[in-house]
Amino acid sequence: MSRAGTIRLLFVVLCVGALEAACRGGLISPQFVIPPSVMAAHLWQLLIDGTITADIVETLSNVLMAVILAVSVGFVCGAVLHSLPRLRRAVDPFLATYYAVPFFAFYPLLIVIFGLNALPIVTIGFLFGVVAMIISTINGLDRIPPVLLKTASVLGMGPVRTALMIKLPSAAPHLFTGTKLAIAYSFIGVIAAEFIMSSSGLGYSIAYAFNSFDNRTMYALMLFIILLVTLINAVLYMWEQAIMQRRGS
Amino acid sequence: MAASVVKMSADRSVSTPMLHAEMTGVTRIYAAKGKTPGVHALGPVDLALRQGEFFSVVGPSGCGKSTLLDVLAGLSSPTEGKVVFEGAPVTGSVPPGIGVVFQENAAFPWLSVKDNIAFGLRREGTDPAEVERRVGYALGFMGLEDFAAAYPSQLSGGMRQRVCIARTLVMQPRLILLDEPFGALDAQTRLLMGDELLKLWRETGATVMLITHALDEAAMLSDRIAVMSARPGRIMEELETGWPKERDSRIASEDHFGQITSRLWKRLREESIKATARGGA
Amino acid sequence: MRQILDSLLLVLALALVWQGLYWLAGDLALASPAQTFARAAELLATPSFWRHASETFLALGYALLIAVTAGMGIGLALGMHRLSGEVAEPVLVSLYSLPKITLYPVILLLFGLGISAKIALGVIHGIIPIIIFSMGAVRAIAPVYFKTARVLRLSRGQLVRTVIVPAAIPELVSGLRVGFSLTLLGVLIGEMFASQRGLGYLVMKSIGTLDVPTMMAVIVMLALVAVLISSLLLYLDHRLHRRAL
Repeated sequence: MSRAGTIRLLFVVLCVGALEAACRGGLISPQFVIPPSVMAAHLWQLLIDGTITADIVETLSNVLMAVILAVSVGFVCGAVLHSLPRLRRAVDPFLATYYAVPFFAFYPLLIVIFGLNALPIVTIGFLFGVVAMIISTINGLDRIPPVLLKTASVLGMGPVRTALMIKLPSAAPHLFTGTKLAIAYSFIGVIAAEFIMSSSGLGYSIAYAFNSFDNRTMYALMLFIILLVTLINAVLYMWEQAIMQRRGS
Repeated sequence: MAASVVKMSADRSVSTPMLHAEMTGVTRIYAAKGKTPGVHALGPVDLALRQGEFFSVVGPSGCGKSTLLDVLAGLSSPTEGKVVFEGAPVTGSVPPGIGVVFQENAAFPWLSVKDNIAFGLRREGTDPAEVERRVGYALGFMGLEDFAAAYPSQLSGGMRQRVCIARTLVMQPRLILLDEPFGALDAQTRLLMGDELLKLWRETGATVMLITHALDEAAMLSDRIAVMSARPGRIMEELETGWPKERDSRIASEDHFGQITSRLWKRLREESIKATARGGA
Repeated sequence: MRQILDSLLLVLALALVWQGLYWLAGDLALASPAQTFARAAELLATPSFWRHASETFLALGYALLIAVTAGMGIGLALGMHRLSGEVAEPVLVSLYSLPKITLYPVILLLFGLGISAKIALGVIHGIIPIIIFSMGAVRAIAPVYFKTARVLRLSRGQLVRTVIVPAAIPELVSGLRVGFSLTLLGVLIGEMFASQRGLGYLVMKSIGTLDVPTMMAVIVMLALVAVLISSLLLYLDHRLHRRAL
């Protein structure tokens, strides 16, 4: 492991240890925060007896739906905007300020429109992820070195083959970044939507546990989400490193 | 390893010139880090700069020329050996009296030309009237009067490099180090900048060390030229040009100029072939 | 000029889509653009609306102040110290993609109901991207600037004040833009659950009473203000980036 990695691990262990000590030593009241070891033990219990399996499956399938929609729609929209410069210039200011609009505020509206089911949740996740993908797609297509496109036409490649064999691989790092952001944003959107107003899913379960003063379940679920996010990030990071290493950058 | 010394003119030996800066047995080895293996970049190098001379270092790309300059300036420390400037050892920081011009555009884009030039003086707390006087002089000397209020992004590459030279000039350095300062410029601009540099050298009386890969540039500007080997860079040969102090780019048409460049090219060509055989460039 | 016209055309098209949706979904789900703007105009004339709005923007102001000063300070420091930056980066990225709304119970336990909980939620949303951008800004500074600073023998303080901060400003503004959006989001989330005041609370209350026009009017006004501020920052952002080469 690298030096930074070792220090990071030590740092995290130290923080968790300090929290554990503070909780055990009575510095922090159990009504407020419970010791990390109790969180972990309770999470393990919940995972084994299957109490939260349905919620996990539901949340993850919502995230998956939202990510698939965000990445595919985002890619198509990005490619279309890139090929229509006039439309793109008109849309540009909206894309750039998109994330300033507080979307959660629209969520209740979506419930009124779609009803209280998975659709408004997936929609919020999608709305959060899609623009990151659009922007990354446009960036990737913008940054294809012109000499590669010239090479393609010198070799007599048609538009379809140019797109598949030159444009797509060349823009791949940006598309990857877009996908990464879309996953993170969709996840945030889905959990938040479940938290605000829903009757199932991880976000809902946290809110429910909070409202019924069930600190152990609440913290166990939070720990689960933190571990899940860290795991997803680590996998994406390693994948990205592998791609970057091959490209020598 | 003693470098051979070649004189390209009749010996006009006067009294021994005063030593201004000196490197003895200097090496620079970059330690291995993770997967990247260690690199022996430089040396051992012995080098003596005489007071007031124009000295150039030429060598194949990647031979450690810039490392040599960094070590001499105190921007990086030698792994072995020692560096002395004006009788005092150079350790870990840039001593006062040394100015450096880099190849990269080092003009700050957030400051106007005038503020860029005044930057170093103001940080030293120089009296505003004196700052004004020196900056005014430097603007005039480098032909930048009309651009005093402009920003670097509005200037050409050559003009930006003039700003960096002026910024160094106002600090009144006694030793000026230039690291491929014209590397990013086109051929005509290079020639003109070379003339400016000679003028600046004569006017300030400073010692100048120029790092370059352009043989004609070294041949035209220098009193002495050191030829470096491929990595790890060593000095293979030192060559005295014997040019008169009053000179400019027109000397490039003299036979003597051709003799100097062909001599330099002969040594570098041998060295490049050796480096290629070892799997280098 | 044509570009602005095109953008306006796009706004018009969106309004038409909105009107179409209204005809499709009906009064219970949606208010038409005309109803929404009429309601917005009414709201703007009532003092209680301004009390809610000022509460929101006060919380936003405090949250931004904390997120920006602390975020830039931490980010610049991490950018200057290579090892600390390497240690912190993956942690920051994980925190960035963490749904911070799940931390809301902890915030509530810590700060109780009221403006401080909203500010805290705003800060935890906004500070991470500001740190990440500031750190990246320092790392992206051309090494030759640092070399120049050493040749001119600047002190550490001079280096930060006269080289690092000016060189990083374009990127710092980009970070501020992202940080602003997320801070606003955090404050509104806080208001939707942990408050009896503010525009977020107003939205939640109008949902409770099925007052669709009020809900939409508040959302649209919030979106307009957010887009306006973000556009200003974007304009500044573009100008600063054009200056640098």
